[in-house]
Amino acid sequence: MTSPAAAFKQHARTLTRDLRHRHRIQTALGKYEVKRDEMKARFQDWEGARQAAAAIKSEAIHHLDRYLEEFAARLEARGAKVHWAPHAEAARQIILGICRDRGARTIVKSKAMTAEEIHLNDTLEQAGFAVVESDLGEFIVQLRGEPPYHIVFPAMHLTRGEIRELFARELGDAPSDSPEELTMVARRVLRRKYLEADVGITGANFAIAETGMISVTENEGNARLTAALPRTMITLVGIEKVLPRLADLALFLPLLATAGAGQLLSGYNTLYGGPRQPGEPDGPEEFHVVLLDNQRSTILADSEQRDALHCIRCGACLNVCPIFRHVGGQTYGTTYPGPIGAVITPHLRGLRAWQHLPFASSLCGACTEACPVKIDLHHHLLQHRRNARTQRPIWWEKLAFRLFVGVVNRPALWRLSLALGRLGQKVHGLVRGTRLDPAYAWTQTREMPRLAPQSFKQWWRQRSANRAGRDSAEGRGPVGP
Amino acid sequence: MKITLFVPCFVDALYPQVAIAVVRILERLGHTLEVAEDLNCCGQPAFNSGCWAEARPVAGRVLDRLRAAETVLVPSGSCGAMLRCFYPALFAGTPREAEARALAGRVFEFAEFLVDRLGVSDLGARFPHRVTYHDGCHSLREMHIQAAPRRLLAHVRDLELVEMKQVVCCGFGGTFAVKFPMISTAMGEVKLAEAQAAGAEYLVSCDSSCLMHVQGLIDRQGLRLKTIHLVEVLATS
Repeated sequence: MTSPAAAFKQHARTLTRDLRHRHRIQTALGKYEVKRDEMKARFQDWEGARQAAAAIKSEAIHHLDRYLEEFAARLEARGAKVHWAPHAEAARQIILGICRDRGARTIVKSKAMTAEEIHLNDTLEQAGFAVVESDLGEFIVQLRGEPPYHIVFPAMHLTRGEIRELFARELGDAPSDSPEELTMVARRVLRRKYLEADVGITGANFAIAETGMISVTENEGNARLTAALPRTMITLVGIEKVLPRLADLALFLPLLATAGAGQLLSGYNTLYGGPRQPGEPDGPEEFHVVLLDNQRSTILADSEQRDALHCIRCGACLNVCPIFRHVGGQTYGTTYPGPIGAVITPHLRGLRAWQHLPFASSLCGACTEACPVKIDLHHHLLQHRRNARTQRPIWWEKLAFRLFVGVVNRPALWRLSLALGRLGQKVHGLVRGTRLDPAYAWTQTREMPRLAPQSFKQWWRQRSANRAGRDSAEGRGPVGP
Repeated sequence: MKITLFVPCFVDALYPQVAIAVVRILERLGHTLEVAEDLNCCGQPAFNSGCWAEARPVAGRVLDRLRAAETVLVPSGSCGAMLRCFYPALFAGTPREAEARALAGRVFEFAEFLVDRLGVSDLGARFPHRVTYHDGCHSLREMHIQAAPRRLLAHVRDLELVEMKQVVCCGFGGTFAVKFPMISTAMGEVKLAEAQAAGAEYLVSCDSSCLMHVQGLIDRQGLRLKTIHLVEVLATS
């Protein structure tokens, strides 16, 4: 089996060379940036909004114990059942148990990255349940049998033509490649599924402690149908999703829509407060909320990187990340790609096997600048790098840097190495750009810079000497005792 | 004002003309410079590679040497960011943390130093070309330098400044460029395309490291675009 690092490099090599992919993603995300900036401009004070959001999230995660208990107590008071899942397997078993108890056959799901994180669909399908994704993008990637490309835009890597071909092949229905007609095809298929489904599974964007409510943001109305039609509703929530007060949504809903999709507000923002209450005409008869830890406590325990739990999964950091734009979401091989993925995956799945993600960054900081909840993303990558090398140093790298330190800290050795470098440069032409070239990683695509015949410091010393010589010749030397 | 010039290793070895231009400009403005001749590197390659234990002896020597310096000038946004923004992190929790923080307040990149500290924005330079300015990520997002270089370029005679559509990394990223050359190269190609789409003859920056990467691609691809450090533009007459 190839390691995650080898797989990442292999896929990155393919996609970075794929100019159609590059063009498609650059264009799509370029349009996103325009819309996002328009919406940012409609905030009185975008920076102030980020600051406030970060402060609220910080308050929430620093008192997670209190807010989660408050959330659970209020939700259960209305007849919901709250389950605490310390890890992925616990969450899978809880959900599997509910589906079995209900005697379910078909399950309809709306978009939930937490479900991707615990590989819920695989578990349910292996247990014999039919699971249908109801978000259009997720529906498309499910038909293709692949993970989402992006946490907000799961099928953004596909063209209309590719989606048409997929629908023709898998659904036997694709009148044209117009987005409206393709959407209608998906809608016809999905409407039947909502009615058939015994269980609806959703994710959550926010969990409101004050009122014990789940807040779900979407643009298609599919999450509403997923929640409202089946007799049983299950919501899988990461514990970091808690917000203290209902009023906090006044800030977080527009912030999420703006940063995530360049919208002032998303199409549908719905609050769920429990199962159908006496006298209510609709809603699920049973409502389960599964609170998922799955290493989030580990992040909470890391005082440097705790703010990674601020994340509202808006995807803004992916959208602006040049690495993400070139390698694409699936290359990461993780649930969460892009900068936030490079920060949290080492916590979720282990630094040793996933340290290549923090290293696969130019540390440009575009992510940190874009993050609406002010996660110090690119500096966390530096900390991961330090932690990775502290835990398991690479002997040759350590040696190389020690040699480098020895040279740069000794001016005479530095001068000697420049002289040797100038010699080496003369013979480098023989192997340049070939596999024998020690600098192949650079020279495969780029020319090497040339060492100057005279370094700055040589110039400076020579000039100082000349001046001193001239000064003493003209009798203007420093006045002696 | 006593100015100490810290010339980073790659500027010393590859781009001496950048540091020479700094000397000429400041001397023309009547300042006396001291060059930290025995300093070569800020330690960033080791630091960014996670080898903080190897970076500390280099950075420690910089702290020693610059302890008495009143104003430290670094003609590279990236190395400037290392001294100003990352030394405090590198020495956090060690006995030298306070020293690192104290140095941070005395470190300046060249363009911000000219504009913000010396109040100079017109050096009488003339550069009859269409140029675009590349924000090095460390200059822009660590040192928060954005207006100063543009203000300096705005005062250069016969120079036409055109902006690129996207503010985006050139893909260098230090050892990233050789650890992930395929991604780094693709990023550089986007940068080139942006500069060409803007119709620029020259890509100007405060970071020779970004320019080294972009120029390497230009040379390999045989493009007509050229790169030049801001200081070299300012030293023209």
